[in-house]
Amino acid sequence: MRLPSAAWAFVVPALLVICLFFLVPVAVAVALSATDFDIYALADLDNLRFVGFDNYTHLVQQPLFWQALGNTLYFVAVGVPLSIALSLGAALLLHSPLARFKPFFRTALFAPVVTSLVAVAVVWRYLFHTRYGMVNHALDQAGIGPIDWLGDPQWAMPTIILLAVWKNFGYNMIILLAGLQAIPEDLYEAARIDGASWYRQLLHVTLPMLAPVLTLVGILTTAGYFQLFAEPYVMTQGGPLRSTVSVLYFMYEEGFKWWNFGAASAVALMLFGLIFAVTWLLMRFTRRWA
Amino acid sequence: MPPLLFVPRIASTLARRLAGALLVVLLSACAPSPSDQQTLRFWVMGREGQVIAQLIPEFERANPGIRVRVQQVPWTSAHEKLLTAFAGDSLPDLCQLGNTWLPEFVALNALTPLDPRVAASRTVAAADYFPGIWDTNVVNGQLYGVPWYVDTRLLFYRSDLLAAAGIDAPPRSWAEWERAMAALKHAKENGKGSAGYAMLLPLNEFEPLLALALQQEQPLLRDRESRGAFAGPGFRRALDFYSSIFRNGWAPAMGGGEISNVWTEFGRGLFAFYISGPWNIEEFRRRLPPERQGDWMTAPLPGPDGPGASTAGGASLVVFRSSRHPEAAWRLVEYLSDPAVQLRFHELTGNLPPRRSAWRDERLAGDPHARAFRDQLERARPAPKIPEWERIVNEMQLIAEQVVRGRMDVDEAGRELDRRIDAMLEKRRWLLARGGAS
Repeated sequence: MRLPSAAWAFVVPALLVICLFFLVPVAVAVALSATDFDIYALADLDNLRFVGFDNYTHLVQQPLFWQALGNTLYFVAVGVPLSIALSLGAALLLHSPLARFKPFFRTALFAPVVTSLVAVAVVWRYLFHTRYGMVNHALDQAGIGPIDWLGDPQWAMPTIILLAVWKNFGYNMIILLAGLQAIPEDLYEAARIDGASWYRQLLHVTLPMLAPVLTLVGILTTAGYFQLFAEPYVMTQGGPLRSTVSVLYFMYEEGFKWWNFGAASAVALMLFGLIFAVTWLLMRFTRRWA
Repeated sequence: MPPLLFVPRIASTLARRLAGALLVVLLSACAPSPSDQQTLRFWVMGREGQVIAQLIPEFERANPGIRVRVQQVPWTSAHEKLLTAFAGDSLPDLCQLGNTWLPEFVALNALTPLDPRVAASRTVAAADYFPGIWDTNVVNGQLYGVPWYVDTRLLFYRSDLLAAAGIDAPPRSWAEWERAMAALKHAKENGKGSAGYAMLLPLNEFEPLLALALQQEQPLLRDRESRGAFAGPGFRRALDFYSSIFRNGWAPAMGGGEISNVWTEFGRGLFAFYISGPWNIEEFRRRLPPERQGDWMTAPLPGPDGPGASTAGGASLVVFRSSRHPEAAWRLVEYLSDPAVQLRFHELTGNLPPRRSAWRDERLAGDPHARAFRDQLERARPAPKIPEWERIVNEMQLIAEQVVRGRMDVDEAGRELDRRIDAMLEKRRWLLARGGAS
């Protein structure tokens, strides 16, 4: 099929922009990942070596990379379900006919999404301070000993997950709320006539009707959570004992701290492959389910 | 994406030629030619950037043909900005550069060698500088920077807490230090004296362990600094001593982020010893309550047997090769290196000058808290000067944290560190084999 020239005139500017700002950088990153581009190569291109897949083989031999991958998977596996459950819960509460002051709560619950993470991190670091933090103070009232939230390698990642979930759940909540509002009221009416309890209505009306929206939210959240970076960057700088280093944080250090752009590009492409594979699996899985 | 960074280099050369041509046209159009007027671009970081403006007018009065345009750069993004500026061919004429970054910019061939200028200079006299600090600016036998101010690490301590534990003088050797820390712990357990811990060693700071390692005879790298030597006896001894401080419960296993306010905690007596740098003299004076001011002091860092070496940090003034006014830039370096100007700079910032003659002035010589620094600076020792060094010390501290938290023993740590460092330095070995490395 031939496109008329008028169509080309409309499409070409967008294509050019995509090429220039997306395809070219991606191609460069792929090329870069096969070299050892670093500070020496920046000084003199003669110092650049073509290394093929060496960056990748070095990566898989590095325990730190596996640790970063493990940390990221931990974050995704715990954070995504928790985040979606919380969003769904909040959306259901807001959607309930019993809820009062809806606009106020909607705004309040959405507020963390639009606040600056750096400002939030300052407050959270005080909240979770081992000696003076309000969280430990409250736990102390309940008779639970102080927890070193950000300094204990066991607790640092759970704290980061809490922060990320709290910071992000409002966004999904809004999407789910819109989904809930789109479910026709007569379905519930029919269910009530059939004598379905609240729980049965949730299971057999709300969730199936919400499935497409939940799929969307799940995929977006998973892809987003794989790219964990800002939270550890402002809260823990990857510590203690590298327990909050994510794959993206690892890449940032390789690239922008140590200027090994070859290795950093390899990490980026591996992360891309991982997110692509997981998203694809999720889509296949949910298509069968829905 | 880095290779694209080269495009601006070519583009900017073109643009500069065009701009040059345009300038000629414009200049011939308007009558009085300001061609003898040179504008220096000077990048200054952090706190120094805020106060440097007060020193510049005097320089401009003495050098009517030179104008200085100071640009402040925050420390946190300075490294990135400088490398991007290098790639984009937009480096300033001269700049304040942390002396640990110097080898990297030498490897980039971005700095002007300064030996001939120093040889001809009447202001900058190498012999007047503390040798360890001066040495950090010498890479492969050539001088690339002039020290501007110094940073070394030593002991800050609470004399009242030490006295309560029965210690009346700060420790000078590791053995005395261990005795003091044991006494502080003992005093706490017996309810005399209130130090929560004998010492604070934040696990995210590499400087204390590096200082202990630099006190050893053995070098930290070998084979023309292309392989790690951390499995050797020197580093082993340093790491063993460092980790024993935690093992004995003298210091808490904490990162810096978990102490929200070091000054308040020092005032409250959470710890009695703290290894830190010159900027904290000013901070403790300002932040500790007046009644605490007589209770703290500084002391040189104890060594294995008697006063030991410490790190040679600080910032240097460098002139970039790309500068079109190297002569004027050097004149500014000379002006800022003048002992009288350095003293004014010290008064403005609290930074310590790198020249012995500046230290003879009463303002520094009479300062009881600065005295230990004067002594320590004679024993400041540079770390290996290779571009990869920052990554190496970072790795060193990560491994040390593993040892402190009981995940690794000292011997294993040395071997693992060497393994990682050897992998990091693979490129350097390749360059050395080609005869092209710095």
